[in-house]
Order: sequence, then structure tokens, then C-alpha cells
Amino acid sequence: MEKQWEEMSSDEKQEALFARWMSPKDPQGNDLKFQSPQAQKAYKERITRIKDAIQMKKLPDRVPVFVIPSFFPVYNAGFTPQEAMYDYDKCSMAFKKLVADFAPDAQIGAVAPGPARVYDILDYKLYSWPGHRVSPDQSYQANEGEYMKAYEYDALIDDPSNFFSSTYLPRVFGALEGFKMLPTLTSILEIYGVAFNFIPFGLPPVQATYKALFEAGAEALKWAGAIGACNMEINAAGFPGLWAGFTKAPFDVIGDTLRGTRGVMLDMYRQPDKLIKAMERLTPIMIKMGVGAAKMNGQPAVFIPLHKGADGFMSDEQFKKFYWPTLREVMMGLIAEGAVPNPAAEGKWTTRLEVMQDLPKGKTLWMIDQSDIAKTKKTVGAIGCLYGNVPSALLALGTPQEVKDYVKKCIDVAGKGGGYIVSNGAFFDHAKTENVKAMVEFAKEYGTYK
Amino acid sequence: MAKDLVKALSDLKEQEVVKIVEERLKAKEDPLKILEDARKGMEVVGKRFASSEYFIPDLVYSGEILKSVTELVKPKLTKETETKKLGKVVLGTVAGDIHDIGKDIVVFMLDVNGFEVHDLGVDVPPQKFVEKIKETGAPIVGLSGFLTLAFDSMKQTVEAIKAAGLRDKVKVMIGGGQITDEVTRYTSADAYGKDAVAGVALAKKWAGVK
Repeated sequence: MEKQWEEMSSDEKQEALFARWMSPKDPQGNDLKFQSPQAQKAYKERITRIKDAIQMKKLPDRVPVFVIPSFFPVYNAGFTPQEAMYDYDKCSMAFKKLVADFAPDAQIGAVAPGPARVYDILDYKLYSWPGHRVSPDQSYQANEGEYMKAYEYDALIDDPSNFFSSTYLPRVFGALEGFKMLPTLTSILEIYGVAFNFIPFGLPPVQATYKALFEAGAEALKWAGAIGACNMEINAAGFPGLWAGFTKAPFDVIGDTLRGTRGVMLDMYRQPDKLIKAMERLTPIMIKMGVGAAKMNGQPAVFIPLHKGADGFMSDEQFKKFYWPTLREVMMGLIAEGAVPNPAAEGKWTTRLEVMQDLPKGKTLWMIDQSDIAKTKKTVGAIGCLYGNVPSALLALGTPQEVKDYVKKCIDVAGKGGGYIVSNGAFFDHAKTENVKAMVEFAKEYGTYK
Repeated sequence: MAKDLVKALSDLKEQEVVKIVEERLKAKEDPLKILEDARKGMEVVGKRFASSEYFIPDLVYSGEILKSVTELVKPKLTKETETKKLGKVVLGTVAGDIHDIGKDIVVFMLDVNGFEVHDLGVDVPPQKFVEKIKETGAPIVGLSGFLTLAFDSMKQTVEAIKAAGLRDKVKVMIGGGQITDEVTRYTSADAYGKDAVAGVALAKKWAGVK
């Protein structure tokens, strides 16, 4: 009899998630029908290659290669970001073309552009998107702000869920104003807790908010149908999707989303204890978010975009005190449940490498941008699999020969003994097609382990 | 004698700074002298940032402390401070890009190093750079950008400066997360600064400061 999830060790859980990734299902729960026996074979070979690179137990047949773009597939297909965000068919076409053009070992599906109509309906303020405060031919960008005030730490720590629904969400979504009037749901106790706590749901602003929610939900569902079908088609063509979902470093949850860069940096001085307490409070929530996605989608890798711990953003002492402890705890929580944390260290993290190597071996996957690749290999690369380091500027402005030379250097330095995957290092919008092609093809040609 | 304001500010002791300023104002000291000390304190902060003793949180915090000093002193000021500046710099994040963290650090560092900085903000169209250069006569221009699309915006901005007949009157530096020598060549900028400290060094070189 098969072991129950709860009885498995973390190694067994990781194996189980890799096994599920290897045998994808369609939405009805049946085995996914591949386009051809060759596509199925290629799909399994690709996952085996990636798995060997991640687990670091044996050498893969060759160095795997990823293409991890931002809006590049959209430009590559001749569309604008606005078209891709409003027309789900065009978005699907763009991402299908990406795998057809480059045949990478893993891809990230067509979810990244997202459904702009949902953001329109909700009047989303945290981001500007093409046609809304940025021009139609540009990618969406974040609008940082103090969406949580300096004095609101206690409210967040006390009840994060309630803080999000009654305070944070109405601030970042204009259409969710009515949430401010909602009762705390845990007050709905006994028969006498019912009537009073349901009064707000009868108020016009709350009803307007729910109307917007229904509309946004219907649109999100439409998007999920179109994009889900597209992703399944990409899988069926033999290309596994890399990420089950995402989670974040607790410091970035506060610094990116709630307090903003300036806010969180002042808090490091003015209220460090509350900042740390809030991050500790968010840690299990971030673990649950990542693990939930891995288990639901049946695949191990969980994306963690790292932001405000990069070189220069704080001192090493501040990094060790504020950034790393709860990030490590999130990663350890994911690992315990068999997931493979995939922190994306965009920018430079060279000074953080020694601290960040304090993790078990063969359990993590790291996207590396401009960190020194040799030093990364010796530190974080000794315990985890690395991918990336091919610079955006080179892909946008260099020549195919320069790209090949760069990839050769990466493989020579980081590919030794396995645990390296060729890839771009930062999410990119603009690149020359021939350069991306050169990156993938040269990796396949030069990266074979003999 | 009140405790040393320069030291308290450069050591980022917010409460101490506020106390010293309040005491000195109470003692009817010339507010300009207090501001001069605060400026010196910020200069030390800039130096510590340049030598990697301080990082962005420390800069942000020092800026906040300075703000409270200015708020305390301002009501007592009878005339504006006039400090001699090293030179003018026009700076902004280029069209299509709204990232400001990197740009703000460069503005801060140029400011504490004695430059008169005209910060145009984010998503700045080429023509706005041109107008500001004309208006201020600034000989130094800084273009910031984080996204790969910024490469083209930077190129277009340099072209607009050229079309306005200003290219030989200004030196252009670029900076941002994905900027390299290759991007510098592509945009026809004069140089790129890999960080704010390098940006200040370039500005000083171009302004003829040792």
C-alpha cells in the first residue's frame, strides 16, 4: 500500500511531487494526452534532466536550459503587452510560439501577463498596466506606496487575514472599498452574532463591492480557462512548466507590498521588533501558500522572487538580522513538505552567498542574475542547483557569438559536477530572437556530460 | 555646549538630533548654523555610503532625520540659505519606466556631494529632459532605468538632446539594474555608473572637481 503523505519523509515527499510532475493530468483527472509519443518521451526526459540537476545526486545527461522571460514572448510574437493582457488567445499564441521557437527544457506557462480586465474591474492601484498609466507597448510595473501605515503593525500581527481584507485590499483595489465596512468573520458566533454581523452585507457600498468581485471572478475564470488550456497544450507538446506557484520572503511581503521600500527601511530603525514580529507572523502563511500550490498542482518548484535583500539594499548585518532568518524558515518549511524553493536572486547577491548557503543539499533551485557566478557556484551552488547568469543586456544588444561565449563560460564555471542550468538571469522583455536561440542551442550542444 | 549635531546625525541618532536642534533653537542660535551642521552630517552619511559602511536603509533614515531638522528650523529662518554648488545635474528615470529607488539614491548622493540636482521624476519623456537642460543650462545629465525597454528610451533621449543641438554641451551618464558598457554604446551616452558612488565620481570628473 502507498504511504500516506503525512507518513512520508521530506525526501519521499519531494520524490512524490517529482513523480506527479512526471505524469501530468488533464482537468478531468485523466492522464494528459501528449501530442505524440515523442513529445511524451521528451517531456519525461526534460523533467529527469531537471530533477538530476536539482537533486545533485547524479549527473544529468546534459546541462538543462530554461528561457524565463517577462514580456519577451509577447514581443517575439509581434503583439503588444496590452494585446496579451486583454486578448487571452493572443497571449496563448505568444507563449506557444516561445516553446516552438526555442524548445527549452522548462517554461513558465502563459500566466505572467495576467488578465488586465480583472485589474480594470477592481481598479487595482498597486500596479500600472499597458493602457493604464503605462503605454500599450510596455510591461506592467508596480507602484510602491505605504499601503500599510507605520502604526498598523499591531493590527497586521494580531490578525493578518482580517488586516488584509479590511485594510489592505480596499487600499489597493478601488472597487473593494466596501470591505472596510465588513465585520470580523470570527464575530459571527451563536444566534445573536448572526443578525448584527450580517447588516453590513445589506449596505449599498458592500453590495457594490461584491458585484465587482463577481464580475472580476467571472473574468478571472474565463482567463484561467484560456490560459489553462494553453499551458496544457504546451505540456502536451513535451514542455514541462517549471513552477507550481509562488511565495515570498516575509521581508519582501512587507517591503514590496505593504510598507514600501522607504517604509520598511524606516521601520528597521524605528520599530525593528515589530517588523521582525510581523515577519515571523507571516512566515507560516508564506509556507502554506507555497506548499499548497505544490500539492495542488502536483509539482515541486515554488518560485520566490527576492527583492530587497540584494547587495547594497542593506548591510550584511541588516541582512542577517532582517532578511535572511524568515526567508530561510520559509524555504525550510517548503523543503519539509517536499517542495523545491526557487528563489530568484535578481540583481547582485554576491555578498549574501555565504549566509544563504545554510540550507540542506539537493533541495533548492536558484535563479542567479548578476551575482559572481564562480563565487555563487562555490557557496550556494555547493548545496543547490543554479540557473541563469546570462545578462539581459547581452540578450538584447549582443551578438549570437557573444552569447555563445558567455554560455560557454557559465557551463565551464558552474556546470562542473552538475547543479547548473543555462538560462537568462533576469525576467526580460526585449531580446534579439537569434540571441535567445543561440543561448538555448549552444547549451544543448556544448552542455552534454560525457 | 550641546552635543555634536554633525556626529549625532551622521550616526543616525534621531532622538538625539531632535533634542540638540531644539536646545540650540531655544538658545537662540542662528538657524543657518544648525542647517550647516546638518549638511555636514549628511556629507558624512554620503561618505559612509560610498565606503559601504552605510546602505540604502541608512540613507533613507538619514533623509528622514534631516526632514525633521528642517521642519524644526524652518519657522525660525529669516533668509534662505545660499550654499555654493559644484554644478547642475538634470536627472530622471526615462520614458516608460517608473522605477525610482536607484534614481533617488543617485539624487541623494549627488545632493550631499554638493551638486544642484534637478530631479525630473520617473517616466520622463525625452523632450522634458531637453527642456530642463535648456532651462537650467546643466552640463550633466543622468538617465536612469531598470527595465530592458529603458535601453531604447535612453537612446531616444540622447537623440533628442542631439536634435536640440545640446549634445556637445552636456555629458550624459546612464545607470540602472541591467546597464552595461554595451548599453552605453547602444544609447550613445558618455558613460555609465555601476552604482550611485560611481555616478558621483563621474559627475565630479565632468564638473572638474577633484
